[in-house]
Amino acid sequence: MVLKFEAKWEIPYVHSAGEHGTKFFEALREKKILGVKCPECGRVLIPPRAFCERCFVDTDEWVEVKDEGVITTVTVTYIKFTGLPDPPYATGIVKLDGADTGMLCLLGGVDLSDWKKVHEIFKPGTRVKAVWKDKPEGKITDILYFEPVEG
Amino acid sequence: MKRVAIVGVGQTKFRTRRDDKTHPELTYEAMKKALDHANLELKDIEAIAYGTMDPFDGIYCPERWDVTSGGVGKPFMKISTGGTTGLTTGLAAYEHVASGMFDIAMAVCTQRVGECVDAQPVLNTAVCPIYERHSGAGAISVAAIQATVHMAKYGTTEEDLAWVSVKDHQNALKNPNAHVKLDIGVEEVLNSPMICSPLKLLECCPRSDGAVAVIFASEEVAKKIRDNPAWVLGEATISDNYYAGDRPDLSHWDTLSIAGRRLFRHAGIDNPIKDIDVAELYSPFTIQEVLELEALGFAKKGEGKKFAKEGITFPDGDMPTNPSGGVMCTNPIGATGLVRLAEASLQVMGEASNQIPDVSTALAHAWGGTLQFHTLMLVSSKKKL
Repeated sequence: MVLKFEAKWEIPYVHSAGEHGTKFFEALREKKILGVKCPECGRVLIPPRAFCERCFVDTDEWVEVKDEGVITTVTVTYIKFTGLPDPPYATGIVKLDGADTGMLCLLGGVDLSDWKKVHEIFKPGTRVKAVWKDKPEGKITDILYFEPVEG
Repeated sequence: MKRVAIVGVGQTKFRTRRDDKTHPELTYEAMKKALDHANLELKDIEAIAYGTMDPFDGIYCPERWDVTSGGVGKPFMKISTGGTTGLTTGLAAYEHVASGMFDIAMAVCTQRVGECVDAQPVLNTAVCPIYERHSGAGAISVAAIQATVHMAKYGTTEEDLAWVSVKDHQNALKNPNAHVKLDIGVEEVLNSPMICSPLKLLECCPRSDGAVAVIFASEEVAKKIRDNPAWVLGEATISDNYYAGDRPDLSHWDTLSIAGRRLFRHAGIDNPIKDIDVAELYSPFTIQEVLELEALGFAKKGEGKKFAKEGITFPDGDMPTNPSGGVMCTNPIGATGLVRLAEASLQVMGEASNQIPDVSTALAHAWGGTLQFHTLMLVSSKKKL
């Protein structure tokens, strides 16, 4: 019989959004989504970043994008993992209108119990819109999830 | 660059937990096996490259502990690059010798994912803490979103993917070091619980404890050590953007295609499926083997889905893939990439537990990060193709 000893990592961190990212989170308070436009390749990047990693140049031009877009992909998680959301929850990538990159986000507003139905509702190319928290706090979770656009 | 060969390989048995041993005791076991395989002594090893990913084991810098299992007094370098850790550690040890600075170097990786009660919260910390973590993403969901796109674009079915799992599980039955040993068919895979749609439990790797070591030697030294070394014909490694949403098309693994082309051009490979006899690919999830076969040019885009179902990737097929049982059945994450190289080398030496007949050239691959890094190494019984 081998002895075992329990251990746990419980370490608090406070992460900086950076000066650039702060602008994005301040805009979220007004239910606006901002990206940055690369002066070289012209891509509108979300999350915004202070430089374009393809062109290696500063990205100082801010652009407002829509809080609507299209689904790139989806998965529904049915198992409880420590510290992660309670299942079922749908994770997807949404490409917002006006942006050239996708946003890793939660999808919702529909019954998640049957994954095949969820994949049909959120199939790639489906139009979705953000569902906002009533009183945004300037956090990414101000967007509760994206739901299908009616009609 | 000097010509280099792999002259020794050592693997522990990989299990859910290896409660019989501490961290450095596992490392010691793998190193000793590799030295025995090469008929070398520890004093012959001039430098060590070591790989692991700290949070899975809950030990900050476990190299402090593991260096005691043979590394004390020697040059020692740690590598940690997500799932590519293992193979990039191999690449580091290889470059130690290829550079001409050392004649014999060892790569060793130890990981105890089994001691981590739940690996997904660790993997969730790999995505951006302020923009992405709330999405609940882990490794399984990241593979699942690849599967969703591939299925939508190419009509890949649940059954197509289940065959990849069946193939890997059948192969693992022949590998004494493999962790998961299940004699299963397509129905069992399809009926296993849904984890992250469309990926089911039997399409996902386990969490494994274990260690692996690989010894590299310069040409002159290698010839004296063994008459069947695995010559390193080339390596490639590549990185991509950080954010998951930055990948333009999840149905293709573009960075792997680029890395593959670089390696194949360097090694003189025109037709991968003809010139490479065995592939050990990093596929912890069924869909990833399909994407990797396509990215590396073994299959045309959208046709990788048929490879397991039609038997092409089974041991008696045209492109045997993961005859060891692969990552599907054994995943000590930070060590897994080096296991791919160990198994590819054993195939080339003719000493693998699930040996494919007449192998001369084998490919080892690993991916890591949120679909972000790839590392490749090509080994052969020939010095040059």
